[in-house]
Amino acid sequence: MSTTNKMTLTIEAKSQNESFARSVVAAFFIQINPTLEQVEDIKTAVSEAVTNCIVHAYDGAQQGEIRIACVLTEDTITVEICDFGKGIENVEQAMKPFYTTVATGERSGMGFTVMQAFCDSVNVTSQKGLTVVKLTKKVA
Amino acid sequence: MELYTNFEGSTMIFSLVGELDEHSASFVRRKMDEYIENNDFDAVVLDLNKLSFMDSTGIGVVIGRYKLLQKKRKKMYVRNPSATVDKIFNMSGMYGIISKI
Repeated sequence: MSTTNKMTLTIEAKSQNESFARSVVAAFFIQINPTLEQVEDIKTAVSEAVTNCIVHAYDGAQQGEIRIACVLTEDTITVEICDFGKGIENVEQAMKPFYTTVATGERSGMGFTVMQAFCDSVNVTSQKGLTVVKLTKKVA
Repeated sequence: MELYTNFEGSTMIFSLVGELDEHSASFVRRKMDEYIENNDFDAVVLDLNKLSFMDSTGIGVVIGRYKLLQKKRKKMYVRNPSATVDKIFNMSGMYGIISKI
């Protein structure tokens, strides 16, 4: 399926940017006529990925770059959330429900589980200095 | 994010207004704990009618308050979640420990 539109958003890893980031992706997604539920799903999944960047990749320092690249085709949105932080040591383990590396702060450990439940696919690649979370969601 | 409280009999109602995410979590946590510690009540109800968004950070906040109330032998309930918040509660298994009324 050929690309119909794309956009890239770069934000600082500050928690006040979370709402902004998920709203921008949702507004872009609307171009391919998703249902309200699908819009809410992508908002939630993006919020989870951005939270991971802020809390884990950059250890809550409230600084660091997060790049969000969206591509639309006729029936699919692909959202790549990239950070340049510390990386995920064991991606498979990180994606297990209730797994968290942060003992304080009441983390639920459900971030990746929510992304998987709310998207059609979630792919994660990570090394020190670059983590990419790729979400796809179909409207059909 | 805003948080309001009122009483219905001996039940303390928390009305959550806005979006519960990483940014608002510490405010909600602090305010709820303050109300829980400084009031007498038999049970707590989270009224989610005006909660437009919640992600897994919100799950952590709710579970944290649930555990605090459990120590005090008080029950927690939720009511009026939107479809999207209801989905988060369902998929995370929250309704296994916190009943929707």
